[in-house]
Amino acid sequence: MNITVIFINIFAGGCLIFSFLKDRKKTKQSLLGAAKSFIRILPIVFIIIIFVGLLLGFGSQTQISKIAGENAGFWGVFLIALLGAIMHIPSLIAFPLAASLLKNGASITTVAAFITTLTMIGTITLPLEIKELGKKVALLRNGISFIIAIIIALIMGVIL
Amino acid sequence: MKENMKEKQRKGMIRDIIILGIVIVIAIVLISLFPDKREVITASSWEFFIEMIWILPAVMVLMGLFAVWVSKETVVKYLGKTSGIKGIFLAIFFGALPTGPLYVAFPVAAVLIKKGAKISNIIIFLSAWACIKIPQEMVELKFLGLEFMVLRLILTIIFVVIMGLSIEKIIEWTDKTKVEGAKDNASI
Repeated sequence: MNITVIFINIFAGGCLIFSFLKDRKKTKQSLLGAAKSFIRILPIVFIIIIFVGLLLGFGSQTQISKIAGENAGFWGVFLIALLGAIMHIPSLIAFPLAASLLKNGASITTVAAFITTLTMIGTITLPLEIKELGKKVALLRNGISFIIAIIIALIMGVIL
Repeated sequence: MKENMKEKQRKGMIRDIIILGIVIVIAIVLISLFPDKREVITASSWEFFIEMIWILPAVMVLMGLFAVWVSKETVVKYLGKTSGIKGIFLAIFFGALPTGPLYVAFPVAAVLIKKGAKISNIIIFLSAWACIKIPQEMVELKFLGLEFMVLRLILTIIFVVIMGLSIEKIIEWTDKTKVEGAKDNASI
């Protein structure tokens, strides 16, 4: 067992008890919300779990590192960042996926680029963002996010 | 609007289940074709499942609690009028609270624009909401380690603030040239 796991569970438990003491009805409402989002996320969790299993079973380390490793080069990083921008996986599940890629030969830069574009850029939510904030703000935010995600990833690759 | 969102979520759920079915079929076919790989695949999937199941419920509970306790009104109240360094910090703080997916934040941001909040704060708020969420950072810490998480967090904050300020400048600049252009046209 990992310290982070213990901490996050204690933290959630503490907040839950505090909330329950303050307002039972609100707590019940929030637990209902939590259960709903848990069920909603479950299919994707299982998809990723099976995907990682298959990836580690069939994809060899050399294959993964060829595509996303140190020698992937700028265009490799660019492509992975683009993939992260287009894909729509909850970031919570993306971290373990990223960890297993990292363990199997992917480089820090590509993994950082993938996670950063994945979380910062929402192509699926873009129409909603344009509707609520206007075309200019939405396109600028997503476009510049893509550029800074690559910069962040390159800096991380140099430092770590 | 709300019904529309629910309908979309239901469709998304059905799509996810269909993809899951396809993935399971592919996995079964592959395992029966390569029985020697079965051990590795099931072992790594199982290990992964255990890790997820210890963390996901806690994260979901946290998100549910904060979504109920930190209302949209609170965020608007504090972010609507503060500016400067304090505004930037508040924008990151409210964005980082564990309060649901990004599409929940857009209407909040729209209200903030109407209330006259600074564009830079709104951009920082949205970006913090998207990628500096507290439970997200804890999961990153667990899977990718302290160095990776802290470095990415610091870099993200720095660049998101720079991005917010530059977008504000760009918007101000284009609006100004537009107004001036309109004036020129009017004078002709």
